[in-house]
Amino acid sequence: MPLVSISNVDMRYGGPQGTLAVSGLDMAIERGEFVAVVGPSGCGKSTLMKLVTGLHIPQAGVVTVAGDRVTKPVSIVGMAFQNPTMLPWRTTLDNILLPLEIVERHRHRLRANKKEYVAKAEALLETVGLKGFGDKFPWQLSGGMQQRANLCRALIHEPELLMLDEPFGALDAFTREELWCVIRDLHASQDVTIVLVTHDLRESVFLADTVYVMSARPGRVVAEHRVPFARPRDLSIMYEPAFNEMVQKLHGEIATARAVA
Amino acid sequence: MSVITENTAVAGTPPKPAFRINWIRLAPVLYTIGLFVIWEIGVRISGLPHTILPTPTRVFQAIAQYWSPIWKNSLQTLYTTVLGFLIAVAAGLGIGLFIGWSKSIYAGLYPIMVGFNAIPKVALVPILVIWFGIGTVPAVLTAFLISFFPIVVNVATGLATIEPETEDVLRALGAKKLDIMLKVGIPRSMPYFFGSLKVAITLAFVGSVVSETVASNNGLGNMMASAQSNFNVPLVFAGLIMLAIEGIAMYALMAWIEKRMTGWAHRSTMSQ
Repeated sequence: MPLVSISNVDMRYGGPQGTLAVSGLDMAIERGEFVAVVGPSGCGKSTLMKLVTGLHIPQAGVVTVAGDRVTKPVSIVGMAFQNPTMLPWRTTLDNILLPLEIVERHRHRLRANKKEYVAKAEALLETVGLKGFGDKFPWQLSGGMQQRANLCRALIHEPELLMLDEPFGALDAFTREELWCVIRDLHASQDVTIVLVTHDLRESVFLADTVYVMSARPGRVVAEHRVPFARPRDLSIMYEPAFNEMVQKLHGEIATARAVA
Repeated sequence: MSVITENTAVAGTPPKPAFRINWIRLAPVLYTIGLFVIWEIGVRISGLPHTILPTPTRVFQAIAQYWSPIWKNSLQTLYTTVLGFLIAVAAGLGIGLFIGWSKSIYAGLYPIMVGFNAIPKVALVPILVIWFGIGTVPAVLTAFLISFFPIVVNVATGLATIEPETEDVLRALGAKKLDIMLKVGIPRSMPYFFGSLKVAITLAFVGSVVSETVASNNGLGNMMASAQSNFNVPLVFAGLIMLAIEGIAMYALMAWIEKRMTGWAHRSTMSQ
C-alpha cells in the first residue's frame, strides 16, 4: 500500500465560487520513494503540499497518509520551504529542536531527555555539513547554511514523509548543487519518503525516482515519469545525453501545459 | 631611500589616543550647549523682555531660585507619568496579545481602537475629573490613556505578521494556536513591544502634564500654569526644561531596556 495516496481530489479556495486550485488530482507515493512534482507556476504545487500535510482538507476526493484518511494535520510529516523561516531569537540548535517542543510524542520527553535530542540534532547538523554551527544564530549563517539548518529542522522528529517546497529556489547554482547532494545522501541514509515540489527540471531528474508533471490551474497530473538512472547518482550524470533528453522532454510537456492554459 | 626614512619617521611618533577627541560622543553635549548659546545670544540681541522669552541664564536662575517647588513638582509629574505608563504597559500588552490572537478580533477591535485614539485626550480630562476629582488620579489615567495605544498596536502587529510558512511548518506538526503564540508570536512581537515603549513614555508625559495643567494642584503642569498666570515666564521655562530632562532620561532608560531585551532583533537586521 502506498504511503501517500491522493485520489480524485478537488481543492477550491474561497468558497463555492472561488478559484479551483487542483481538480481530479491522482497520485500514489510509495514508502521510501523520492518524488518530484514539476509544473508551470500556479499549478497548485503548494496546494498539494498543504493537502498532504493536512493543512487543507479537500472538498472532494480522498487523501490518505500511512493508511489513514487525512482530516487534520499529520505529524509524521516534516516540511521545508524556500524561505528558511529560522527564528532569529533562537540559536540554530534551538531552532532545530523546535519541532520536538510541538510534536505530541516528543514534547513531554524533551526536558528529561534533552541530551539525547541535542546529540541527535548535532548528528543531523554534521550530516548536512554544519558541524559546530549549532550555537550560532541563524542570521550569522549564509543563505545556504540556513537552508541546511532548515532541512535539519524538518528531519529532527524523524518524519516518515518529508515535503520540500522549492527549498533551493533562492540559492546560487553552486550552493544548490551542494544541497542536492545533501538531500540525495539524506534520502539514501535515512528511511524517509520525500516529495519535492520544484520548478527546476534538472533538480527533479537528478534527485527523484518519479517525476510528476502537473497542468496549469486547475492542477492535475498530466504525466508521470520513472527516472531510469541508477543510484547513487553523481552530479556528472547531468552532462549525459540521456539526462538532458529527459529534461528536454519534461520541458516540452510543461510548455504544452502552459500553452493549454 | 626617502620612502624608508619617511616610514621610520611615522613609526617614530606613535599615535596618542589619549589626546584624540571623540566628536561623536561629545556631539550631544556640544549641540545642547550650542542651542543654549544661540538662544542666549538671540534673546540678548533682539532685546526681548524676559516676560516673553527669558534667556537661558535667567531660566537656570529660576531653577535655582525655586528649586524646592520645582523638585517636588518634578517628582510628582514623574510619579504620575511612570504610574500611568506602567498601567499602559500592562494593559497594552494584554490587549495587544488579545487583539493579535485572531484575525476576527483584530478586524473588529482595530477600528474602535483607532477611533478611541483619535479622541484628543485633553477632552477626556473633564470627564475624569467628574469621576475621580482633581489631582493625581486623572493625571495617571490621562498618561495611561494616551500611551497605551502605541503599545497595543505594536504588540498586535508583531503577532499578526507571523510568516505563514512558519505557521504552516508548526501547524503541520500538530501545533495548537497557543503553541504558535508562545513559541513564535510572543517572542516575535517583543521587539515591536520594546520599541513602542520609547514612543509611549514620551506620550505619557504629554498626558500627565495636560491633566495637571487643567485639573491638579500639583505637578509641573500645575506649576507652569500658575507661574504663567503670575507672568513668571522664567519659571514656566524652568518647568519645560525639567520636563525635557525627565523625558530624555526616561527615553534613554526605555532605549536601554529595548537593547537589553531584544538585542537579537538589532543584530539580525544589521547583518542582513
